[in-house]
Amino acid sequence: MSTHSTSPVSYPRADVDPPSGSLFPHKHLLGIWNLDPTAIKFLLDTAEKYVGQNRQAKKTTPTCAGLTQINLFFENSTRTLMSFEIAGKRLGMDTISMSTGSSSIKKGETLLDTAATLNAMHPDVLVMRHADSGAVKLLAEKMDCAVINAGDGRSEHPTQALLDALTIRRRKGQIHGQTIVISGDIAHSRVARSNIYLLNAMGARVRLVAPPTLLPKDVDRLGVEVFHRMDEGLKDADVVMMLRLQQERMKGAFLPSLREYYQFWGLTRRKLAAAKNDVLVMHPGPMNRGVEIASDVADDIDMSAIEEQVEMGVAVRMACLDVLTRSLRGEALS
Amino acid sequence: MNTLYKNARIIDPATGYDKKGALLSNGSKIVGYGETIDAPKGATIIDCDGRVLCPGFIDMRAHAVDPVAAPAGGITTVILQPDQNTMIENDAVVERIRRRSIDGGSSRVYPMGAATQRMNGEQIAEIGQMQQSGAVGFTDCRKAVSNAQVMRRLLEYAGYFGALIVQYPEEANLAANGVAHEGETATRLGLAGIPSAAEAIQIERDTRLAEMTDSRIHFSMISSQEGVAVVRAAKKRGVKVTCSTAPHYLVLNDNALEGYRTFAKVLPPLREESDRLALIEAIADGTIDTIVSDHDPKSADVKRLPFAQAAHGIVGFETLLPIALAPVHAGKVTLMALLRTLTSTPATLLGLNSGTLEAGAPADLVIFDPDKPWRIDVEALHSSAKNTPFDTLPVQGQVWRTIVNGETLFEGNS
Repeated sequence: MSTHSTSPVSYPRADVDPPSGSLFPHKHLLGIWNLDPTAIKFLLDTAEKYVGQNRQAKKTTPTCAGLTQINLFFENSTRTLMSFEIAGKRLGMDTISMSTGSSSIKKGETLLDTAATLNAMHPDVLVMRHADSGAVKLLAEKMDCAVINAGDGRSEHPTQALLDALTIRRRKGQIHGQTIVISGDIAHSRVARSNIYLLNAMGARVRLVAPPTLLPKDVDRLGVEVFHRMDEGLKDADVVMMLRLQQERMKGAFLPSLREYYQFWGLTRRKLAAAKNDVLVMHPGPMNRGVEIASDVADDIDMSAIEEQVEMGVAVRMACLDVLTRSLRGEALS
Repeated sequence: MNTLYKNARIIDPATGYDKKGALLSNGSKIVGYGETIDAPKGATIIDCDGRVLCPGFIDMRAHAVDPVAAPAGGITTVILQPDQNTMIENDAVVERIRRRSIDGGSSRVYPMGAATQRMNGEQIAEIGQMQQSGAVGFTDCRKAVSNAQVMRRLLEYAGYFGALIVQYPEEANLAANGVAHEGETATRLGLAGIPSAAEAIQIERDTRLAEMTDSRIHFSMISSQEGVAVVRAAKKRGVKVTCSTAPHYLVLNDNALEGYRTFAKVLPPLREESDRLALIEAIADGTIDTIVSDHDPKSADVKRLPFAQAAHGIVGFETLLPIALAPVHAGKVTLMALLRTLTSTPATLLGLNSGTLEAGAPADLVIFDPDKPWRIDVEALHSSAKNTPFDTLPVQGQVWRTIVNGETLFEGNS
């Protein structure tokens, strides 16, 4: 079923010097799919520095002072929006956040008109979330500044994948060679897609576990192993990433009930017994306790990295803002 | 007024004739053709310089008349779909469209009427009256008639009038909210999919209904391997079924969506490479009967949107011939078979007297150079909008002259 081939003697590609000499040869961060392992490692290494800064009493530095960051969220979000806002402020940027429901854009202005308007205000970084796949890329085509994708439709959520990777790297030492399970609503998840691309690029062994109705067609062609049963998928896993289950999935005949979903695919201590003893449990939040994850698993500080993920989120977003504004600030990327 | 088109490669798909020669027309009618024809005194002589001369193309599926673009694509008859601003659903609208067409100066326009009232799939439209006024077929356009009982009655009722029912083959529930072919590309891009089975299931059901009612049925825009297989099997059983596809399905697959290119957003969606190859094979073996442009001008305003919100459709008149010629140049389909799908077969299906070069037929002609290399340039298109995925594509084959009713409506560079 799988075409995966992570042999135990393979070498991390992230350690190879990039042919271009630039560690991050991109203007925007629209997704993970077009990042090479060197660029991912560079972002993670940069983020690592900010973890320390964020734990100090004085958290703000003037790294990006004078630059303007606009957070434009066409979909409701609290944690991601706050995380980006804090990240910008800690780098000394002027951050402005605009959060509108996904419906307001349909009322009048098209996305490209919005882009033109914002562009005229000369921001230096635009962070954007939108309910439609590809919307952030479309906007980026019309913007002069760097654009960061904070989640578009079912397509990508690159900073989430980066913060997950940083968490795994800090807890496990490396991503290369780890067996990582992603479980839940893969079909509708941008987090799953970004994580699949990132973890594959960094040499992890990626498994998906979900009922057939929540797996998109031909997903096995993305270089993952696909399982339907939790006990098979979790066998000897190093990391388990649970995804949030949207309650409206019951309506589309994807699932019969939350109760049944929890019975077969909810992460419980009993199911986790199949994984390695030091398994790491992750969740991008917000969690549905008792639906995709049992409370005692989520709250077990030895096993669960869920709060640490939130902490890493700020560091990773600071790294992205820092790296994408470096050429603007006259700093080298090599 | 006599006109002699000499030094041409005369192809008449209706009879399979393909020889060097000349064709003589007298005003609006064809007088005859052959290897040698003497020009009557005072005849206008047009030297075709070895180009192909064949009946003008009959495009069975266009969503706009686009009077300049159609002749530029060699199309002498446009079959207008009912999804107009004023829906074509009664005899008054049909008559207005026919009257404007007869005024001349452009390609002929015949409307297809709605198959059900308001195209909502519940009540049969006034097929008899629309047919009397000049409607040549009946379809709910991009909606399939999903109620099997309504479809059955529709086929039976239309059979009495000998009217052609055109069904858009897509099972609505399976296709709901879908914007791309359900496959690897849609999964990567995070787009909601329309499975190939949605097409096959609809064709399967409706060929059974056509069989049961002993009626003929035409499916528009076959896009998948599975759809082709069902049509092929039904034809083998003797069901009176015909179908069409569009040129873009013969040269593109769903890779064209990469980067969320909304100019490649069409319905049915571009499918996989295996589907593309199956469609070409189906044209070669006659499973697919006609090729249509599905000409659908859409402004950049509705195209330059996030993929799911963007309008579907591409302009097809002027790229119809060069794109459809691609499988001919690749040696997969003969020129004769291709021209049949664009001329004599649609004429027969719709009951038109054009689509042939026989004496007395209307002088609706196209003269084209099948091998001329050129590059599609979106700025040079005559159509009312420029939504095409083929900008800058190098192609072979170009229309040189389009004649409708004996009158030259388009003349390209020599």
